[in-house]
Amino acid sequence: MNRYKLRTGISRALLLVFACVMGAFFALPLLWLLTAPFSTQANLSVTFPEQPSLANFEAVFANKFAIRALFQNNLIIGGGVMILVASIATLASYGLSRARVPGRNVLVYILILFSSVVSGTAAMVPLFLLIFNLGLIDTYQGVILVMTGGLLPSAIFIMRDFVDSIPRSYEEAALVAGASSYRMFRDVAFPLVRPGVMVVAIWAFVNAWGAFLIPSVLLRSPEHMPASIAFYSFYTEAGTPNITLVSAYAFLYTIPVLLLYLIVNWRFGFRFFGGIKS
Amino acid sequence: MERKAIFSAKVGLLFLAPALVFVAIFLLYPFVRVFMLSFTNQTLLGTTAPNPDWVGLDNYQRLFDFDRWMRLGEFGSALKITAQFVAGSALIGQVGLGLLIAWAFYRKKGVLRETVYTLVILAWIIPETVVAFTWVAFLDWEFGTLNAILGTLGLGRPDWLFKHPLESIILFNSWRGAAFSMLLFSSALETIPPSYIETAEVAGANAWQKFRDIFFPLLRGHILTDLILITLWTFNVFTPYLLTGGGPIKKTELVSIYTYRTAFQGQHEFGKGGAIAVVMMLINFSLAIVYLSMIRRRKA
Repeated sequence: MNRYKLRTGISRALLLVFACVMGAFFALPLLWLLTAPFSTQANLSVTFPEQPSLANFEAVFANKFAIRALFQNNLIIGGGVMILVASIATLASYGLSRARVPGRNVLVYILILFSSVVSGTAAMVPLFLLIFNLGLIDTYQGVILVMTGGLLPSAIFIMRDFVDSIPRSYEEAALVAGASSYRMFRDVAFPLVRPGVMVVAIWAFVNAWGAFLIPSVLLRSPEHMPASIAFYSFYTEAGTPNITLVSAYAFLYTIPVLLLYLIVNWRFGFRFFGGIKS
Repeated sequence: MERKAIFSAKVGLLFLAPALVFVAIFLLYPFVRVFMLSFTNQTLLGTTAPNPDWVGLDNYQRLFDFDRWMRLGEFGSALKITAQFVAGSALIGQVGLGLLIAWAFYRKKGVLRETVYTLVILAWIIPETVVAFTWVAFLDWEFGTLNAILGTLGLGRPDWLFKHPLESIILFNSWRGAAFSMLLFSSALETIPPSYIETAEVAGANAWQKFRDIFFPLLRGHILTDLILITLWTFNVFTPYLLTGGGPIKKTELVSIYTYRTAFQGQHEFGKGGAIAVVMMLINFSLAIVYLSMIRRRKA
Protein backbone atom coordinates (compact mmCIF):
# COMPACT_ATOMS: atom_id res chain seq x y z
CA MET A 1 0.00 0.00 0.00
CA ASN A 2 2.86 2.36 0.80
CA ARG A 3 4.45 1.67 -2.54
CA TYR A 4 1.18 2.49 -4.23
CA LYS A 5 0.95 5.78 -2.34
CA LEU A 6 4.53 6.61 -3.28
CA ARG A 7 3.81 5.90 -6.92
CA THR A 8 0.72 8.08 -7.10
CA GLY A 9 2.62 10.78 -5.20
CA ILE A 10 5.41 10.74 -7.74
CA SER A 11 3.08 10.74 -10.71
CA ARG A 12 1.14 13.64 -9.21
CA ALA A 13 4.36 15.62 -8.74
CA LEU A 14 5.44 14.80 -12.29
CA LEU A 15 2.11 15.98 -13.62
CA LEU A 16 2.45 19.24 -11.71
CA VAL A 17 5.93 19.86 -13.13
CA PHE A 18 4.72 18.99 -16.63
CA ALA A 19 1.73 21.32 -16.30
CA CYS A 20 3.96 24.17 -15.14
CA VAL A 21 6.41 23.71 -18.02
CA MET A 22 3.61 23.50 -20.59
CA GLY A 23 1.71 26.37 -19.02
CA ALA A 24 4.83 28.54 -19.13
CA PHE A 25 5.64 27.59 -22.72
CA PHE A 26 2.15 28.49 -23.91
CA ALA A 27 1.60 31.55 -21.70
CA LEU A 28 4.94 33.38 -21.85
CA PRO A 29 4.81 34.39 -25.54
CA LEU A 30 1.39 35.98 -24.91
CA LEU A 31 2.27 37.97 -21.77
CA TRP A 32 3.48 40.93 -23.79
CA LEU A 33 -0.05 41.40 -25.12
CA LEU A 34 -1.25 42.02 -21.56
CA THR A 35 1.40 44.54 -20.50
CA ALA A 36 2.55 46.54 -23.53
CA PRO A 37 -0.86 48.01 -24.50
CA PHE A 38 -1.13 49.72 -21.09
CA SER A 39 2.33 51.24 -21.02
CA THR A 40 3.10 54.49 -22.80
CA GLN A 41 6.78 53.59 -23.06
CA ALA A 42 6.37 49.98 -24.12
CA ASN A 43 9.18 48.17 -25.85
CA LEU A 44 9.46 44.48 -26.65
CA SER A 45 9.95 43.48 -23.01
CA VAL A 46 7.28 42.31 -20.61
CA THR A 47 7.29 45.04 -17.99
CA PHE A 48 4.28 45.77 -15.86
CA PRO A 49 3.74 49.52 -16.23
CA GLU A 50 3.96 51.45 -13.00
CA GLN A 51 1.18 53.73 -14.09
CA PRO A 52 -1.13 51.79 -16.40
CA SER A 53 -2.55 54.10 -19.01
CA LEU A 54 -5.15 54.01 -21.74
CA ALA A 55 -3.33 56.61 -23.83
CA ASN A 56 -2.33 54.01 -26.43
CA PHE A 57 -5.95 53.14 -27.02
CA GLU A 58 -6.84 56.79 -27.45
CA ALA A 59 -4.16 57.10 -30.11
CA VAL A 60 -5.42 53.93 -31.83
CA PHE A 61 -8.98 55.22 -31.91
CA ALA A 62 -7.68 58.40 -33.53
CA ASN A 63 -6.44 56.31 -36.46
CA LYS A 64 -9.63 56.29 -38.55
CA PHE A 65 -8.19 53.89 -41.10
CA ALA A 66 -7.31 51.20 -38.55
CA ILE A 67 -10.59 51.61 -36.68
CA ARG A 68 -12.64 51.25 -39.85
CA ALA A 69 -10.65 48.14 -40.73
CA LEU A 70 -11.46 46.60 -37.38
CA PHE A 71 -15.06 47.63 -36.81
CA GLN A 72 -16.31 47.74 -40.38
CA ASN A 73 -14.25 45.66 -42.81
CA ASN A 74 -13.54 42.82 -40.40
CA LEU A 75 -17.19 42.60 -39.38
CA ILE A 76 -18.40 42.59 -42.99
CA ILE A 77 -15.92 39.90 -44.07
CA GLY A 78 -16.30 37.82 -40.90
CA GLY A 79 -20.09 38.15 -40.93
CA GLY A 80 -20.39 37.26 -44.61
CA VAL A 81 -18.17 34.19 -44.28
CA MET A 82 -20.02 33.17 -41.12
CA ILE A 83 -23.48 33.31 -42.72
CA LEU A 84 -22.46 31.54 -45.93
CA VAL A 85 -20.39 28.80 -44.28
CA ALA A 86 -22.91 28.07 -41.53
CA SER A 87 -25.95 27.90 -43.82
CA ILE A 88 -24.35 25.96 -46.67
CA ALA A 89 -22.58 23.51 -44.33
CA THR A 90 -25.79 22.89 -42.37
CA LEU A 91 -27.77 22.10 -45.52
CA ALA A 92 -25.00 19.90 -46.90
CA SER A 93 -24.43 17.87 -43.76
CA TYR A 94 -28.18 17.41 -43.34
CA GLY A 95 -28.41 16.09 -46.88
CA LEU A 96 -25.43 13.81 -46.29
CA SER A 97 -26.89 12.48 -43.08
CA ARG A 98 -30.48 11.88 -44.16
CA ALA A 99 -30.24 10.70 -47.76
CA ARG A 100 -28.64 7.52 -48.96
CA VAL A 101 -25.40 8.97 -50.33
CA PRO A 102 -23.07 6.14 -51.27
CA GLY A 103 -19.68 6.35 -49.58
CA ARG A 104 -20.44 9.57 -47.75
CA ASN A 105 -17.75 9.09 -45.09
CA VAL A 106 -15.09 8.68 -47.73
CA LEU A 107 -16.53 11.63 -49.63
CA VAL A 108 -16.19 14.02 -46.68
CA TYR A 109 -12.74 12.72 -45.88
CA ILE A 110 -11.55 13.22 -49.46
CA LEU A 111 -13.03 16.73 -49.47
CA ILE A 112 -11.07 17.62 -46.32
CA LEU A 113 -7.85 16.24 -47.76
CA PHE A 114 -8.48 18.00 -51.02
CA SER A 115 -9.17 21.33 -49.37
CA SER A 116 -6.00 20.92 -47.30
CA VAL A 117 -3.96 20.40 -50.45
CA VAL A 118 -5.68 22.99 -52.62
CA SER A 119 -5.66 25.77 -50.08
CA GLY A 120 -3.12 28.17 -48.79
CA THR A 121 -0.59 29.70 -51.09
CA ALA A 122 -0.68 26.96 -53.74
CA ALA A 123 -4.22 27.92 -54.74
CA MET A 124 -3.80 31.66 -54.42
CA VAL A 125 -2.58 32.14 -58.01
CA PRO A 126 -5.57 30.49 -59.76
CA LEU A 127 -7.95 31.93 -57.17
CA PHE A 128 -6.62 35.40 -57.84
CA LEU A 129 -7.20 34.93 -61.58
CA LEU A 130 -10.68 33.53 -60.96
CA ILE A 131 -11.67 36.51 -58.80
CA PHE A 132 -10.02 38.80 -61.35
CA ASN A 133 -12.08 37.33 -64.19
CA LEU A 134 -15.24 37.60 -62.11
CA GLY A 135 -14.47 41.30 -61.66
CA LEU A 136 -14.39 40.89 -57.88
CA ILE A 137 -10.84 42.05 -57.16
CA ASP A 138 -10.84 44.60 -54.33
CA THR A 139 -14.36 43.70 -53.20
CA TYR A 140 -15.59 42.16 -49.97
CA GLN A 141 -17.55 39.62 -52.01
CA GLY A 142 -14.39 38.19 -53.61
CA VAL A 143 -12.74 37.67 -50.22
CA ILE A 144 -15.90 36.22 -48.68
CA LEU A 145 -16.48 33.75 -51.53
CA VAL A 146 -12.89 32.46 -51.58
CA MET A 147 -12.80 32.03 -47.80
CA THR A 148 -16.15 30.26 -47.81
CA GLY A 149 -14.94 27.79 -50.43
CA GLY A 150 -11.84 26.99 -48.40
CA LEU A 151 -13.65 26.56 -45.07
CA LEU A 152 -16.67 24.54 -46.26
CA PRO A 153 -15.18 21.01 -46.21
CA SER A 154 -14.05 21.32 -42.60
CA ALA A 155 -17.33 23.00 -41.66
CA ILE A 156 -19.30 20.07 -43.10
CA PHE A 157 -17.03 17.72 -41.16
CA ILE A 158 -17.75 19.53 -37.87
CA MET A 159 -21.46 19.88 -38.62
CA ARG A 160 -21.93 16.18 -39.34
CA ASP A 161 -21.06 15.46 -35.73
CA PHE A 162 -24.12 17.43 -34.63
CA VAL A 163 -26.53 16.34 -37.37
CA ASP A 164 -25.75 12.65 -36.88
CA SER A 165 -26.43 12.94 -33.18
CA ILE A 166 -29.99 14.29 -33.33
CA PRO A 167 -32.79 11.71 -33.07
CA ARG A 168 -34.49 10.79 -36.32
CA SER A 169 -37.82 9.83 -34.82
CA TYR A 170 -39.27 13.36 -35.08
CA GLU A 171 -38.46 13.53 -38.75
CA GLU A 172 -39.90 10.08 -39.33
CA ALA A 173 -43.10 11.22 -37.61
CA ALA A 174 -43.15 14.37 -39.74
CA LEU A 175 -42.63 12.21 -42.80
CA VAL A 176 -45.68 10.13 -41.92
CA ALA A 177 -47.65 13.36 -41.44
CA GLY A 178 -46.72 14.28 -45.01
CA ALA A 179 -44.25 17.10 -44.43
CA SER A 180 -42.04 18.10 -47.35
CA SER A 181 -38.32 17.57 -46.96
CA TYR A 182 -37.76 21.32 -46.79
CA ARG A 183 -40.32 21.79 -44.00
CA MET A 184 -38.85 18.80 -42.20
CA PHE A 185 -35.48 20.50 -42.27
CA ARG A 186 -36.77 23.92 -41.27
CA ASP A 187 -39.27 22.98 -38.58
CA VAL A 188 -37.94 19.71 -37.18
CA ALA A 189 -34.23 19.26 -37.75
CA PHE A 190 -32.93 22.83 -37.74
CA PRO A 191 -34.08 23.72 -34.21
CA LEU A 192 -32.34 20.59 -32.96
CA VAL A 193 -28.99 21.26 -34.66
CA ARG A 194 -28.90 24.93 -33.68
CA PRO A 195 -25.97 24.41 -31.27
CA GLY A 196 -23.98 22.91 -34.13
CA VAL A 197 -24.86 25.82 -36.41
CA MET A 198 -23.61 28.16 -33.70
CA VAL A 199 -20.31 26.31 -33.27
CA VAL A 200 -19.68 26.26 -37.02
CA ALA A 201 -20.67 29.91 -37.35
CA ILE A 202 -18.27 31.00 -34.59
CA TRP A 203 -15.51 28.80 -35.98
CA ALA A 204 -15.93 30.34 -39.46
CA PHE A 205 -16.07 33.86 -38.05
CA VAL A 206 -12.86 33.43 -36.04
CA ASN A 207 -11.10 32.00 -39.10
CA ALA A 208 -12.15 34.90 -41.30
CA TRP A 209 -11.45 37.42 -38.55
CA GLY A 210 -7.78 36.47 -38.35
CA ALA A 211 -7.07 35.83 -42.04
CA PHE A 212 -4.13 37.63 -43.59
CA LEU A 213 -3.09 36.00 -46.88
CA ILE A 214 -6.40 35.95 -48.79
CA PRO A 215 -7.36 39.60 -48.16
CA SER A 216 -3.80 40.77 -48.80
CA VAL A 217 -3.85 39.11 -52.22
CA LEU A 218 -7.43 39.92 -53.27
CA LEU A 219 -7.85 43.43 -51.91
CA ARG A 220 -6.21 46.57 -53.28
CA SER A 221 -7.53 49.78 -51.78
CA PRO A 222 -6.77 50.75 -48.17
CA GLU A 223 -10.39 51.38 -47.29
CA HIS A 224 -11.26 47.69 -47.81
CA MET A 225 -8.39 46.21 -45.79
CA PRO A 226 -9.19 44.14 -42.69
CA ALA A 227 -7.41 44.62 -39.36
CA SER A 228 -4.73 41.99 -40.06
CA ILE A 229 -3.36 44.28 -42.76
CA ALA A 230 -4.26 47.61 -41.16
CA PHE A 231 -1.42 46.99 -38.69
CA TYR A 232 0.80 48.57 -41.29
CA SER A 233 -0.78 51.95 -40.59
CA PHE A 234 1.12 51.91 -37.28
CA TYR A 235 4.45 51.68 -39.07
CA THR A 236 6.69 54.65 -39.65
CA GLU A 237 7.68 55.58 -43.18
CA ALA A 238 10.96 53.80 -42.57
CA GLY A 239 8.99 50.61 -41.97
CA THR A 240 9.45 50.20 -38.24
CA PRO A 241 6.35 49.55 -36.16
CA ASN A 242 5.20 51.89 -33.44
CA ILE A 243 5.27 49.26 -30.71
CA THR A 244 2.91 50.90 -28.26
CA LEU A 245 0.16 51.44 -30.84
CA VAL A 246 0.65 48.03 -32.45
CA SER A 247 0.22 46.33 -29.07
CA ALA A 248 -2.93 48.30 -28.24
CA TYR A 249 -4.43 47.54 -31.66
CA ALA A 250 -3.51 43.86 -31.33
CA PHE A 251 -5.26 43.84 -27.97
CA LEU A 252 -8.49 45.28 -29.40
CA TYR A 253 -8.30 42.91 -32.37
CA THR A 254 -7.98 39.89 -30.06
CA ILE A 255 -10.85 40.67 -27.67
CA PRO A 256 -13.71 39.40 -29.91
CA VAL A 257 -11.88 36.09 -30.41
CA LEU A 258 -11.50 35.67 -26.66
CA LEU A 259 -15.18 36.46 -26.06
CA LEU A 260 -16.28 33.92 -28.68
CA TYR A 261 -13.97 31.32 -27.15
CA LEU A 262 -15.55 31.92 -23.74
CA ILE A 263 -19.05 31.60 -25.22
CA VAL A 264 -18.26 28.29 -26.95
CA ASN A 265 -16.47 26.96 -23.87
CA TRP A 266 -19.33 27.93 -21.59
CA ARG A 267 -22.17 26.66 -23.81
CA PHE A 268 -20.67 23.51 -25.30
CA GLY A 269 -17.25 22.89 -23.82
CA PHE A 270 -14.43 23.55 -26.25
CA ARG A 271 -13.68 20.12 -27.62
CA PHE A 272 -12.90 18.33 -30.83
CA PHE A 273 -16.00 18.37 -33.03
CA GLY A 274 -15.74 15.79 -35.72
CA GLY A 275 -17.17 12.37 -35.16
CA ILE A 276 -15.01 10.86 -32.42
CA LYS A 277 -17.68 9.37 -30.21
CA SER A 278 -16.95 8.40 -26.67
CA MET B 1 -24.11 1.56 -38.92
CA GLU B 2 -26.33 1.76 -42.01
CA ARG B 3 -29.49 3.68 -41.19
CA LYS B 4 -32.67 4.07 -43.12
CA ALA B 5 -32.64 7.08 -45.38
CA ILE B 6 -35.23 9.73 -44.62
CA PHE B 7 -35.39 11.02 -48.14
CA SER B 8 -34.16 10.05 -51.58
CA ALA B 9 -30.69 10.66 -52.98
CA LYS B 10 -32.24 13.25 -55.31
CA VAL B 11 -33.50 15.37 -52.42
CA GLY B 12 -30.19 14.82 -50.64
CA LEU B 13 -28.39 16.20 -53.66
CA LEU B 14 -30.59 19.28 -53.51
CA PHE B 15 -29.41 19.95 -49.96
CA LEU B 16 -25.84 19.35 -51.06
CA ALA B 17 -26.06 21.50 -54.18
CA PRO B 18 -24.83 24.85 -52.76
CA ALA B 19 -21.82 23.17 -51.15
CA LEU B 20 -21.03 21.30 -54.37
CA VAL B 21 -21.17 24.53 -56.37
CA PHE B 22 -18.68 26.17 -54.00
CA VAL B 23 -16.37 23.15 -54.02
CA ALA B 24 -16.46 23.04 -57.82
CA ILE B 25 -15.70 26.75 -58.28
CA PHE B 26 -13.29 27.40 -55.44
CA LEU B 27 -11.50 24.05 -55.07
CA LEU B 28 -11.80 21.98 -58.25
CA TYR B 29 -11.49 24.81 -60.74
CA PRO B 30 -8.32 26.33 -59.21
CA PHE B 31 -6.86 22.84 -59.09
CA VAL B 32 -7.37 22.33 -62.85
CA ARG B 33 -6.55 25.93 -63.73
CA VAL B 34 -3.20 25.91 -61.98
CA PHE B 35 -2.00 23.05 -64.20
CA MET B 36 -2.84 24.99 -67.36
CA LEU B 37 -1.32 28.14 -65.94
CA SER B 38 1.98 26.45 -65.19
CA PHE B 39 2.66 25.95 -68.92
CA THR B 40 2.30 29.66 -69.74
CA ASN B 41 4.30 32.81 -69.08
CA GLN B 42 1.35 34.73 -67.64
CA THR B 43 2.15 37.74 -65.46
CA LEU B 44 0.00 40.30 -63.69
CA LEU B 45 1.10 43.26 -65.79
CA GLY B 46 2.58 43.83 -69.21
CA THR B 47 1.86 42.22 -72.56
CA THR B 48 1.82 38.69 -71.16
CA ALA B 49 -1.08 39.58 -68.84
CA PRO B 50 -3.94 39.49 -71.38
CA ASN B 51 -2.27 37.18 -73.91
CA PRO B 52 0.07 34.74 -72.22
CA ASP B 53 2.17 32.45 -74.44
CA TRP B 54 2.36 28.72 -74.15
CA VAL B 55 5.90 28.04 -72.94
CA GLY B 56 5.78 24.29 -72.40
CA LEU B 57 7.97 23.10 -69.56
CA ASP B 58 9.96 26.33 -69.27
CA ASN B 59 8.66 27.18 -65.81
CA TYR B 60 9.48 23.71 -64.53
CA GLN B 61 12.97 23.86 -66.01
CA ARG B 62 13.55 27.13 -64.23
CA LEU B 63 12.44 25.58 -60.94
CA PHE B 64 14.62 22.51 -61.39
CA ASP B 65 17.73 24.30 -62.59
CA PHE B 66 20.08 22.07 -60.63
CA ASP B 67 23.10 24.38 -60.96
CA ARG B 68 21.60 26.86 -58.59
CA TRP B 69 18.49 25.43 -57.03
CA MET B 70 19.98 24.80 -53.57
CA ARG B 71 21.05 28.44 -53.19
CA LEU B 72 19.11 30.42 -50.61
CA GLY B 73 16.04 31.95 -52.26
CA GLU B 74 15.79 29.19 -54.89
CA PHE B 75 13.24 26.40 -55.15
CA GLY B 76 15.42 23.53 -53.88
CA SER B 77 16.42 25.51 -50.84
CA ALA B 78 12.77 26.36 -50.13
CA LEU B 79 11.87 22.67 -50.37
CA LYS B 80 14.65 21.69 -47.99
CA ILE B 81 13.68 24.36 -45.47
CA THR B 82 10.04 23.27 -45.73
CA ALA B 83 10.97 19.62 -45.12
CA GLN B 84 12.88 20.57 -41.97
CA PHE B 85 10.05 22.83 -40.88
CA VAL B 86 7.44 20.09 -41.35
CA ALA B 87 9.56 17.43 -39.61
CA GLY B 88 10.27 19.70 -36.66
CA SER B 89 7.05 21.59 -36.12
CA ALA B 90 4.41 19.21 -37.51
CA LEU B 91 5.63 15.73 -36.60
CA ILE B 92 7.57 16.41 -33.41
CA GLY B 93 6.09 19.75 -32.39
CA GLN B 94 2.37 19.63 -32.98
CA VAL B 95 1.54 15.94 -33.14
CA GLY B 96 4.08 14.94 -30.46
CA LEU B 97 3.28 17.77 -28.09
CA GLY B 98 -0.48 17.39 -28.60
CA LEU B 99 -0.29 13.68 -27.86
CA LEU B 100 1.90 14.26 -24.81
CA ILE B 101 -0.45 16.85 -23.29
CA ALA B 102 -3.61 14.84 -24.01
CA TRP B 103 -2.00 11.72 -22.55
CA ALA B 104 -0.66 13.50 -19.44
CA PHE B 105 -4.15 14.77 -18.59
CA TYR B 106 -5.99 11.59 -19.54
CA ARG B 107 -8.79 10.97 -17.00
CA LYS B 108 -7.72 14.04 -15.05
CA LYS B 109 -9.94 16.94 -14.21
CA GLY B 110 -9.40 20.18 -12.39
CA VAL B 111 -7.72 23.56 -12.51
CA LEU B 112 -4.39 22.25 -13.80
CA ARG B 113 -5.93 20.65 -16.86
CA GLU B 114 -8.28 23.55 -17.55
CA THR B 115 -5.45 26.09 -17.35
CA VAL B 116 -3.09 24.22 -19.66
CA TYR B 117 -5.87 23.42 -22.15
CA THR B 118 -7.05 27.05 -22.22
CA LEU B 119 -3.54 28.37 -22.84
CA VAL B 120 -2.86 25.86 -25.62
CA ILE B 121 -6.19 26.74 -27.27
CA LEU B 122 -5.54 30.48 -26.98
CA ALA B 123 -2.24 30.06 -28.82
CA TRP B 124 -4.25 28.45 -31.59
CA ILE B 125 -7.18 30.85 -31.97
CA ILE B 126 -5.65 34.31 -31.54
CA PRO B 127 -5.27 36.02 -34.97
CA GLU B 128 -2.01 35.19 -36.74
CA THR B 129 -0.82 38.77 -37.08
CA VAL B 130 -1.17 39.24 -33.32
CA VAL B 131 0.78 36.12 -32.37
CA ALA B 132 3.46 37.08 -34.88
CA PHE B 133 3.96 40.38 -33.03
CA THR B 134 3.96 38.74 -29.59
CA TRP B 135 6.55 36.23 -30.81
CA VAL B 136 8.79 38.91 -32.24
CA ALA B 137 8.69 40.46 -28.76
CA PHE B 138 9.16 37.07 -27.04
CA LEU B 139 12.22 36.19 -29.13
CA ASP B 140 13.79 39.66 -29.19
CA TRP B 141 17.50 39.51 -28.47
CA GLU B 142 17.63 42.50 -26.16
CA PHE B 143 14.24 42.75 -24.45
CA GLY B 144 12.55 39.41 -25.18
CA THR B 145 11.09 37.28 -22.38
CA LEU B 146 12.85 34.14 -23.60
CA ASN B 147 16.32 35.66 -23.35
CA ALA B 148 15.46 37.30 -20.04
CA ILE B 149 14.78 33.83 -18.65
CA LEU B 150 17.74 32.15 -20.35
CA GLY B 151 20.02 34.98 -19.23
CA THR B 152 18.88 34.65 -15.62
CA LEU B 153 19.56 30.93 -15.76
CA GLY B 154 23.01 31.65 -17.19
CA LEU B 155 22.26 29.93 -20.48
CA GLY B 156 23.33 32.79 -22.73
CA ARG B 157 21.28 35.15 -24.88
CA PRO B 158 21.13 33.85 -28.45
CA ASP B 159 19.87 36.16 -31.17
CA TRP B 160 16.97 33.90 -32.10
CA LEU B 161 15.49 35.49 -35.21
CA PHE B 162 18.88 36.25 -36.79
CA LYS B 163 21.14 33.41 -35.74
CA HIS B 164 18.55 30.63 -35.39
CA PRO B 165 15.67 31.68 -37.65
CA LEU B 166 14.58 28.17 -38.68
CA GLU B 167 14.58 26.93 -35.09
CA SER B 168 12.56 30.01 -34.18
CA ILE B 169 9.77 29.38 -36.67
CA ILE B 170 9.72 25.66 -35.78
CA LEU B 171 9.27 26.55 -32.13
CA PHE B 172 6.67 29.14 -33.05
CA ASN B 173 4.65 26.79 -35.23
CA SER B 174 4.71 24.01 -32.64
CA TRP B 175 3.31 26.47 -30.13
CA ARG B 176 0.75 27.79 -32.59
CA GLY B 177 -0.80 24.52 -33.69
CA ALA B 178 -0.48 21.97 -30.86
CA ALA B 179 -4.12 22.58 -29.85
CA PHE B 180 -5.67 20.70 -32.77
CA SER B 181 -3.76 17.50 -32.03
CA MET B 182 -4.33 17.86 -28.30
CA LEU B 183 -8.11 18.19 -28.75
CA LEU B 184 -8.28 15.35 -31.27
CA PHE B 185 -6.28 13.01 -29.04
CA SER B 186 -8.17 13.86 -25.87
CA SER B 187 -11.45 13.04 -27.64
CA ALA B 188 -9.93 9.86 -28.99
CA LEU B 189 -8.57 8.84 -25.58
CA GLU B 190 -12.05 9.12 -24.10
CA THR B 191 -13.22 6.35 -26.44
CA ILE B 192 -10.92 3.83 -24.74
CA PRO B 193 -12.93 1.70 -22.30
CA PRO B 194 -11.67 2.40 -18.73
CA SER B 195 -11.67 -1.34 -18.01
CA TYR B 196 -8.67 -1.80 -20.33
CA ILE B 197 -6.62 0.63 -18.29
CA GLU B 198 -7.80 -0.73 -14.96
CA THR B 199 -6.88 -4.27 -15.99
CA ALA B 200 -3.42 -3.11 -17.05
CA GLU B 201 -2.97 -1.22 -13.79
CA VAL B 202 -3.96 -4.24 -11.72
CA ALA B 203 -1.41 -6.24 -13.70
CA GLY B 204 1.19 -3.61 -12.68
CA ALA B 205 1.84 -1.96 -16.03
CA ASN B 206 3.80 1.29 -15.86
CA ALA B 207 2.94 4.43 -17.80
CA TRP B 208 5.12 3.59 -20.79
CA GLN B 209 3.74 0.03 -21.02
CA LYS B 210 0.19 1.37 -20.87
CA PHE B 211 0.98 3.80 -23.65
CA ARG B 212 2.72 1.22 -25.84
CA ASP B 213 0.32 -1.68 -25.38
CA ILE B 214 -3.06 0.00 -24.97
CA PHE B 215 -3.13 3.61 -26.10
CA PHE B 216 -0.91 3.43 -29.14
CA PRO B 217 -2.59 0.45 -30.87
CA LEU B 218 -6.07 1.86 -30.19
CA LEU B 219 -5.13 5.38 -31.24
CA ARG B 220 -3.17 4.45 -34.34
CA GLY B 221 -5.94 5.44 -36.73
CA HIS B 222 -6.40 8.81 -35.04
CA ILE B 223 -2.66 9.42 -34.96
CA LEU B 224 -2.45 8.78 -38.70
CA THR B 225 -5.43 11.05 -39.44
CA ASP B 226 -3.86 13.76 -37.34
CA LEU B 227 -0.49 13.27 -39.03
CA ILE B 228 -2.03 13.67 -42.50
CA LEU B 229 -3.89 16.86 -41.70
CA ILE B 230 -1.09 18.47 -39.68
CA THR B 231 1.51 17.64 -42.33
CA LEU B 232 -0.56 19.13 -45.14
CA TRP B 233 -1.47 22.23 -43.14
CA THR B 234 2.11 22.80 -42.05
CA PHE B 235 3.32 22.37 -45.61
CA ASN B 236 0.99 25.15 -46.73
CA VAL B 237 1.21 27.46 -43.73
CA PHE B 238 2.05 31.08 -44.42
CA THR B 239 2.14 32.52 -40.88
CA PRO B 240 5.97 32.31 -40.47
CA TYR B 241 6.13 35.03 -43.11
CA LEU B 242 4.62 37.43 -40.58
CA LEU B 243 7.39 36.54 -38.13
CA THR B 244 10.48 36.59 -40.35
CA GLY B 245 9.34 37.69 -43.82
CA GLY B 246 11.27 34.66 -45.11
CA GLY B 247 14.55 36.08 -43.92
CA PRO B 248 17.18 36.76 -42.85
CA ILE B 249 18.68 36.27 -46.31
CA LYS B 250 15.88 33.80 -47.24
CA LYS B 251 16.86 31.34 -44.52
CA THR B 252 13.22 30.81 -43.55
CA GLU B 253 11.78 30.97 -47.04
CA LEU B 254 9.30 28.09 -46.99
CA VAL B 255 7.76 26.95 -50.28
CA SER B 256 4.58 28.85 -49.42
CA ILE B 257 6.57 32.07 -48.99
CA TYR B 258 8.57 31.33 -52.15
CA THR B 259 5.28 31.00 -54.07
CA TYR B 260 3.98 34.24 -52.62
CA ARG B 261 7.16 36.09 -53.51
CA THR B 262 7.18 34.70 -57.05
CA ALA B 263 3.52 35.27 -57.87
CA PHE B 264 2.51 38.29 -55.82
CA GLN B 265 5.65 40.38 -55.50
CA GLY B 266 8.21 41.75 -57.95
CA GLN B 267 7.42 40.54 -61.45
CA HIS B 268 4.18 38.77 -60.42
CA GLU B 269 5.11 35.66 -62.38
CA PHE B 270 1.83 33.74 -62.32
CA GLY B 271 3.08 31.05 -64.70
CA LYS B 272 6.07 30.16 -62.56
CA GLY B 273 3.91 30.50 -59.42
CA GLY B 274 1.54 28.00 -61.00
CA ALA B 275 4.38 25.56 -61.61
CA ILE B 276 5.45 25.82 -57.95
CA ALA B 277 1.85 25.24 -56.90
CA VAL B 278 1.64 22.12 -59.09
CA VAL B 279 4.83 20.66 -57.56
CA MET B 280 3.56 21.51 -54.07
CA MET B 281 0.22 19.84 -54.68
CA LEU B 282 1.88 16.74 -56.12
CA ILE B 283 4.06 16.46 -53.01
CA ASN B 284 1.01 16.95 -50.79
CA PHE B 285 -0.96 14.30 -52.63
CA SER B 286 1.88 11.79 -52.42
CA LEU B 287 2.16 12.40 -48.69
CA ALA B 288 -1.60 11.92 -48.33
CA ILE B 289 -1.45 8.68 -50.30
CA VAL B 290 1.41 7.32 -48.16
CA TYR B 291 -0.57 8.01 -44.99
CA LEU B 292 -3.80 6.65 -46.46
CA SER B 293 -2.12 3.40 -47.47
CA MET B 294 -0.85 3.12 -43.89
CA ILE B 295 -4.42 3.45 -42.62
CA ARG B 296 -5.67 0.86 -45.06
CA ARG B 297 -2.92 -1.57 -44.09
CA ARG B 298 -4.06 -1.22 -40.50
CA LYS B 299 -7.60 -2.15 -41.41
CA ALA B 300 -6.61 -5.10 -43.59
